[in-house]
Amino acid sequence: MIQVASTPQWRARERRREQLFQLLGALIVLFALTTLVVLLAKILLDGFARLNPEFFTSFPSRRAANAGILPALVGSAYLLLLTAAIAIPIGVGAAVYLEEFARRNWFTRLIEINITNLAGVPSIIYGLLGLQVFVRTLMMDRSLIAGACTMALLALPVIITAAREGLRTVPKSLRDGSLALGATQWQTVRYTVLPVAIPSILTGVILSLSRVVGETAPLLVIGAVVYISRLPDGLTSPFTVLPVQIYNWTTRPQHAFHENAAAGIIVLLALLLTMNAVAIYLRNRYQKRLPI
Amino acid sequence: MPNHAPTEVGVAYSRAVVQVGVSSRNRRRVRLEERIVRGFLFLCALVGVLTTFAIVAILFTESLGFFEQVSVWEFLTGTVWTPTFANKSFGVLPLVTGTLLTSLIALVLAGPVGLLTAVYLSEYASPRVRRVVKPILEVLAGIPTVVYGYFALTFLTPLLQRFIPALEGFNALSAGLVMGVMILPTIASLSEDALYAVPNSLRYASLALGATRFQTVWGVVVPAAMSGVSASFLLGVSRAIGETMIVAIAAGQQPNFTFNPLIAVETMTAYIVRITMGDTPHGSVEYRTIFAVGLLLFFITLLLNLASEMVRRRYRGARV
Repeated sequence: MIQVASTPQWRARERRREQLFQLLGALIVLFALTTLVVLLAKILLDGFARLNPEFFTSFPSRRAANAGILPALVGSAYLLLLTAAIAIPIGVGAAVYLEEFARRNWFTRLIEINITNLAGVPSIIYGLLGLQVFVRTLMMDRSLIAGACTMALLALPVIITAAREGLRTVPKSLRDGSLALGATQWQTVRYTVLPVAIPSILTGVILSLSRVVGETAPLLVIGAVVYISRLPDGLTSPFTVLPVQIYNWTTRPQHAFHENAAAGIIVLLALLLTMNAVAIYLRNRYQKRLPI
Repeated sequence: MPNHAPTEVGVAYSRAVVQVGVSSRNRRRVRLEERIVRGFLFLCALVGVLTTFAIVAILFTESLGFFEQVSVWEFLTGTVWTPTFANKSFGVLPLVTGTLLTSLIALVLAGPVGLLTAVYLSEYASPRVRRVVKPILEVLAGIPTVVYGYFALTFLTPLLQRFIPALEGFNALSAGLVMGVMILPTIASLSEDALYAVPNSLRYASLALGATRFQTVWGVVVPAAMSGVSASFLLGVSRAIGETMIVAIAAGQQPNFTFNPLIAVETMTAYIVRITMGDTPHGSVEYRTIFAVGLLLFFITLLLNLASEMVRRRYRGARV
């Protein structure tokens, strides 16, 4: 397979091949960059003109020029907070159990394999799960709380993985020190491991939750409605979120609605960018504080 | 520790020490608390198992109702899918070919480009180039799929129509291509990990034998990382098959039994969206189709994920 021959022609050919591949690599990099730039440019060009104050304070409308994203924005914020309130305690709890308490046996292995596989289940399947369990069986109807429960299950595998990585950054010496002083396992976790691990856990968790903000399919399935005449005022209110509103506007044939969709996308991307920036800020702020 | 001021950890220690009581009543309380907390945390970990169980149970029981009315054979081999028409027909193959078609187009783009990106990043690129390219890939991975769908429908399709006049407004081609961009970061970063895991001794041995860098990369490093690379491809395809929004927006909602990328198709995921968005009565056969289709989708992605995991495990074991 590897021919070693040192004729000048062969060496020239090899050099050409090498250069060609370097060029190809540069082109590929350019491809990724161009795609990203074109995508962002297209969305900014389409949507920027629609970003006026009324767009943020109006309800959806049959007339594209009057339509706004207020209920979608509020719905996304509520859904995010509720999902976080459900998923973070369970996710961090599961991570603490697996990292700090669980014995290495077949059942722990089963839980771990199961979490890995859950992360690969298509999000729309979670929609079917939510539809059947929360919307129908538990009779939550097409409400904010049903949406939040569904999204919490969807986010859980990612949050558990992120939180476990956070817990792993805590050196073993801290645990040993605490245990040696006579603290129980839970006291060690509560007073020593968690305080040190929380910044990195939080970073991972915020990044996982930013996925929830952009997720559309499961919410379409469990029935986030698009036309809402008033803001959600409780756990059982019907709701809509940014990506669902964007999807609805995108599927309209009229071009004016596409402008609304693009403007909605700008808001969504800005929201995601903010969440990521917060995560990175937290990481940088707390990374160096470990005194060991 | 260099300074003697109380650190956060130090304070935490002393708090922990204070908590550790000595009286027997206190000790009993602590032990009880320990048991309760442990049980609660275990329940948290159990939620994942329950989720899997619930998914499988729901998909099976609801599909069972469907298969009482439609035979499994008809479902899996029929080529006409019209559950919402007066003249109902329940052959799932059009949805399967729609899904396969868009996913294969995505793989045709993301496979080679992802592998080349990985090779370039791990074997050729300077640290400066890596610092630029890695964040671009991360941003591409973080873009919500509804945004990709918008891009496919309003930008890529009109653009391609200039060159391919026969291209319909909804088509498998642009949905598949944009889906390729979506799975590109997955394939590139997992392939790069696999290439990175190839020990340097192999590279040195090859170079010492007089092979050029090109020969070393393509004759030694890439073959050595092949199982990791194929694992990344499998995972990428699994993502593409389960992806909903791009295809629901840009590929159309017509279950055509075709491999023609220029016309509208409907994937399994897009079908589920169409039915749940519509006003199909709960409990009807049409309604139950979404669970049968969901079951099929679940199995296909599960098989691909397991295959990917197995292939990757093999290369971990076979490290040189």
